[in-house]
Amino acid sequence: MSILTWTYIMVGATFAIYLGIAWVSRVKTTKGFYVAGGGVSPLANGMATAADWMSAASFISMAGMISFLGYDGAIYLLGWTGGYVLLALLLAPYLRKFGKFTVPDFVGDRYYSDVARFVALMCAIFVSFTYVAGQMRGVGIVFSRFLEVDVNTGVVIGMAIVFFYAALGGMKGITYTQVAQYLVLIVAYLIPAIAISLKITGHPIPQIGFGGTIAEGANSGQYLLDVLNRLNTDLGFAAYTSGSKSMLDVICITLALMVGTAGLPHVIIRFYTVPSVRGARISAGYALFFIALLYTTAPAVASFARYNMINTINNTAYADAPSWVKNWEKTGLFAWVDKNNDGIIQYSKGDAFKEKPKFTKETGALGQRMVSNELTDKTNEVFIDNDIIVLANPEIANLPPWVIALVAAGGLAAALSTASGLLLVISSSISHDLYYRMINRQATEAKRLTVGRVMIGVAVLIAGYFGINPPGFVAQVVAFAFGLAASSFFPIIVLGIFDKRTNREGAICGMVSGIGFTFLYIVNNKFLGGTPWLLGISSEGIGTVGMIINFVVTLVVSRLTAAPPKEVQELVESIRYPRGAGSAMDH
Amino acid sequence: MEKGLAAYWKKNLSYMVILLSIWAAVSYGCGILFAEQLNAIKVGGFPLGFWFAQQGAIYVFVALIFIYYRLMEKLDREHDVHE
Repeated sequence: MSILTWTYIMVGATFAIYLGIAWVSRVKTTKGFYVAGGGVSPLANGMATAADWMSAASFISMAGMISFLGYDGAIYLLGWTGGYVLLALLLAPYLRKFGKFTVPDFVGDRYYSDVARFVALMCAIFVSFTYVAGQMRGVGIVFSRFLEVDVNTGVVIGMAIVFFYAALGGMKGITYTQVAQYLVLIVAYLIPAIAISLKITGHPIPQIGFGGTIAEGANSGQYLLDVLNRLNTDLGFAAYTSGSKSMLDVICITLALMVGTAGLPHVIIRFYTVPSVRGARISAGYALFFIALLYTTAPAVASFARYNMINTINNTAYADAPSWVKNWEKTGLFAWVDKNNDGIIQYSKGDAFKEKPKFTKETGALGQRMVSNELTDKTNEVFIDNDIIVLANPEIANLPPWVIALVAAGGLAAALSTASGLLLVISSSISHDLYYRMINRQATEAKRLTVGRVMIGVAVLIAGYFGINPPGFVAQVVAFAFGLAASSFFPIIVLGIFDKRTNREGAICGMVSGIGFTFLYIVNNKFLGGTPWLLGISSEGIGTVGMIINFVVTLVVSRLTAAPPKEVQELVESIRYPRGAGSAMDH
Repeated sequence: MEKGLAAYWKKNLSYMVILLSIWAAVSYGCGILFAEQLNAIKVGGFPLGFWFAQQGAIYVFVALIFIYYRLMEKLDREHDVHE
């Protein structure tokens, strides 16, 4: 059977499973809709959290980014895992004991203020939309690469599927589909990783093979990482195992990503679905374990792919290049310009030409696709998209067509699971926090459920619109999502739990100053052409500074204004002790 | 009861401080600040600082959460605040 047939079968079968699960777990109550009835087992919640967290970017792009960054790739590896320790120790158990539906619920009640609730609500919506646009695009791209349909058609199919199971099953439907999606994506990630580890190092466990020796070829018997360091330096790159970013920036970016992770509403909300405080504690452990399976494999895949890429491409005649190079050239992920007209591919540091490749209809003397971009004066002749590392892995390792099909299903699972989690946050923010808590306190259960479902529909349409017409700044606004979560939610939730004296005035001033600073700094760098004036800290890392500002302002302003009312102090006291958690309440 | 609860909370905070110190030490310490120095030590093919940054710290993160779960499980029972 051909790759395409296999892909249709795999994708069709996984979609059928997701829809089946959604039908079985359809809900009739708001509690089921927002927090899956509060009865999800910690293990299942761990898997669902992992799928929710790992997006199309983690699955498709991360290994590629690490492959090109080398050591500096640690910012993503540490940044996107370390936040779970903060969640497990500082947030999840207490928010679970507090026992409401959403993050704005906590902020509004703890700070006895609808202004605080509203600010939190706007942040939750902004962060979630930023993220979800990228996911819908990811769905479209996977469709177009593997199923040979138009990107936009892919987005529409993805929208329809997500709408069906999110609107029908709410959080409950999403949770159990995410469990299935996790299993699909992890198997799809590990099979090619194991195969390529065996091929290059002869060791079946990528995490170990990565530190082992090369099994065959000119470099056999040498440590893979030593060879990579040599290849990288020969081609003008920094050594693979040492970085090129400044240490302060690495620290700031890592911390902003960690804290941002712990403050993301679609991650936090998952801990409301387990039945108890101890469930919340251990479920964070399961979640990180399941995430770590992929996150410790990714850097291994990155190094294998880098070695393989340089070896097969650099100084190889185009005519002799392996077939996967030409396959991915067709999709635009690979491009070659023969600057010195020798018919041989030369790869080295620096961009071969400006911007992403703009292919013309013509082909060159050797059949290569021509680009119309302005060339640079660098000797490098090659454009390689990060995504190729994961997508081309099965072909590089000569795996059978069904594995390639499985990778397609895995990429879709990663994108769909994250998109559905985000859509639920948007829907619950509007239908629960805004509509029910602030506009119509008398709304009936049935009415609120309808509003929730309608809001999922509206959110899907908006997300789909951005998926089809991606704003040019999508990649840049990712810095916003983490920076905002880090500089807004995290400090005031932590202080709300650990410092009884923190009051409404402090929290509002803290959130506004933290977000305000982070927002202006990023806008200045990304859109107004400014320079990172603060010690060279990049936009990705500035959330760390915003977080510190938020902490300081909240603490100082709280000390200068009246203490919170007695019942709020009692609330803080009560969430510190697990007994009496009950299931998430609705009032 | 009040006194017991205060002791419970204090103990919880001390567990947190210790575990978060380890969290910071393996990631920011071994993986970033001292990575260059640790890279002089090699374990198999891995320079140690690089290994912490791309592998080791993540394993420690997972372990920390399970350790905290265990410690709190015991503490909850000792102070009779378990569910």
